Amino acid sequence: MAEPLLEVNDLKVRFATEDGIVRAVDGLSFKLERGKVLGIVGESGSGKSVTAMTLMGLTRGVNAAFEGEVLYKGTDLLKISDSGMQEYRGNELGMIFQDPMTSLNPVYRIGEQIVEAIQSHEKVDKRTARARTIELLRQVGIPNPEARIDSFPHEFSGGMRQRAMIAMALSCNPSVLIADEPTTALDVTIQAQIVDLVNRLKDDFDSAVVFITHDLGVIAEIADEIIVMYAGRVVERGTKRDIFYDPQMPYTWGLLGSIPRLDRPRVERLHTIDGAPPSLINLPEGCKFRPRCPHAFDKCREEPPLENRVEEPGHLDRCWLDVDFKREHRDETISPGSVEAA
Amino acid sequence: MGAFIVRRLFGMILVLVAVSLIVYFIFIVIPGGNPAIRIAGRTATQANIRSIEVTLGLNHHGFFGFLWQWWDMMKALFTGSLVSYYDGTNVVQQIKEGIPVTFSLAIGAGIIWMGFGIIVGTISAIKAGQVSDRVITALALIGISLPVAWLGLLFRYFLAGEKGWPAIFPDGGYVPLTTNPAQWFYHMILPWFTLAILFIGFYGRVLRSNILDTINEDFVRTAKAKGLTSGRILRKHVLRASLIPIVTLFGLDFAAVLGGGAIITEVVYSLPGVGFYAARSISQQDLPPLMGVTLFGAMFIVVFTLIVDIAYAYLDPRIRLS
Repeated sequence: MAEPLLEVNDLKVRFATEDGIVRAVDGLSFKLERGKVLGIVGESGSGKSVTAMTLMGLTRGVNAAFEGEVLYKGTDLLKISDSGMQEYRGNELGMIFQDPMTSLNPVYRIGEQIVEAIQSHEKVDKRTARARTIELLRQVGIPNPEARIDSFPHEFSGGMRQRAMIAMALSCNPSVLIADEPTTALDVTIQAQIVDLVNRLKDDFDSAVVFITHDLGVIAEIADEIIVMYAGRVVERGTKRDIFYDPQMPYTWGLLGSIPRLDRPRVERLHTIDGAPPSLINLPEGCKFRPRCPHAFDKCREEPPLENRVEEPGHLDRCWLDVDFKREHRDETISPGSVEAA
Repeated sequence: MGAFIVRRLFGMILVLVAVSLIVYFIFIVIPGGNPAIRIAGRTATQANIRSIEVTLGLNHHGFFGFLWQWWDMMKALFTGSLVSYYDGTNVVQQIKEGIPVTFSLAIGAGIIWMGFGIIVGTISAIKAGQVSDRVITALALIGISLPVAWLGLLFRYFLAGEKGWPAIFPDGGYVPLTTNPAQWFYHMILPWFTLAILFIGFYGRVLRSNILDTINEDFVRTAKAKGLTSGRILRKHVLRASLIPIVTLFGLDFAAVLGGGAIITEVVYSLPGVGFYAARSISQQDLPPLMGVTLFGAMFIVVFTLIVDIAYAYLDPRIRLS
């Protein structure tokens, strides 16, 4: 196994708020190699974005506390000072944000903003940086980049802005690209283009990608390994195959059931997971999904550890249910109504 | 752009007409407003008053008479022939003489309050919640609350020799810039700061809250994710966006001061500017100079509103002038 580019060990992020301590991320671990895509899925408030921002060192503040390690090429980023992180941000780790409408500064031209990123990490003159920017804009598929480089963000459509954001994130050739819901604010047709683009650029730039989304359809397109997060914890982790064809956690079933699929019989109604994610200040005892889980039983009052319970060695989950029981019953959630037909 | 300016110029004329009508109306309506009665003195007969009214052109009555009188005064003002009721001096000439003084005061004070306002606002935003922020906030509130007249008198009392302490600064008066630049500067320091302190406090507070709002914008997070230094993020991304609302404030406040709005400061320091002229005219209930000064001030406000709008379009490219 190759040396991992990014290795996260038991990461915990807590924020002190007026209402109490928010455990935004509670014990996250993963390894990411060059050329691979890690997908992180979960509902709003499951700790996905906090994870992404923490990798970049963007969640630091007087009220934030961190535990664990974020090893980038062997260096623990959590131990580096905020000004020391400037060397890594943009240069080693690039980030794409959710909303391209607000993530670009409205008062500067697209080109200026990318040139600024290049010049903050490399000693190049404006002309060289500008030429590179034009090339980047071409690579992300912006037509007529020589002219568009001088456009303002409001003159771009949402998809174009996200392309510009990607160009900016890749401008200094980072080894790791962190994409925090990059497709959420975009039209479906544009979503597919952006996913394809990230996939292609990952190879062109030889980077690894952390792709965060709540959309399993998007993750199916791009991820090699998938982490399912719930209430700040990892509840299931495995390869794309494991998660889509042998999901072990009832929460994952709920997510799978809530998207339409072409590879299964059509259902009358898509599944919805009842209830809402728990407050991260006041978490339920035991399994965090217990209050919403249709299969919860007595043992769930004790929190199940994240461990391997199936034949596939890398496939981990947090569920006490018997594997055979789960394989038998999960389709009731994933494709309700079609069970009888099938 | 051309159509925009033409439309705005037309709007400016309307504003000036409205302002002058209102001033004229208020002056004629207030009790004792009829200057003829005052000029005629206590023992005047009706015939005396009547004849003074005729001389001043105030002998028209009713709605159209009012408009006619107003129109007469406007004509005289804009042809430069309007004179004071009180001493017969030419209004336009008097305002012209006051302009260098008023501009000296306004420009110097404007630079000071904008500069210090930005420094104060930025420091207190960066140190938000810390002791230095609290101290600055307290000082800013004191600055906003100090009456200008009182502050000016305190400065004169303690710094200009009135208490008997050695005078650090001259006690009021004005030396033209063209006569002696050093003395001009020396004489202007106290008036500048007296006028600026109120604005520094106010601008500092507004900028502080603008910065704290902007810091949470997504594009600031993007700038940070690019690996920019915190100084550069502050200067290029945060301050740039935070200063846009300040520009409006500055445009209007600066216009008001240029237009003779610093009446108290000019009076306290005996600066013979437009505001000083206005104060004198008010105490004499002298309508022509008041009309002249009011329109002079209104003109600056409308012109600067236009300048602010154009500056806005430059500062924020999403805004189109139309």
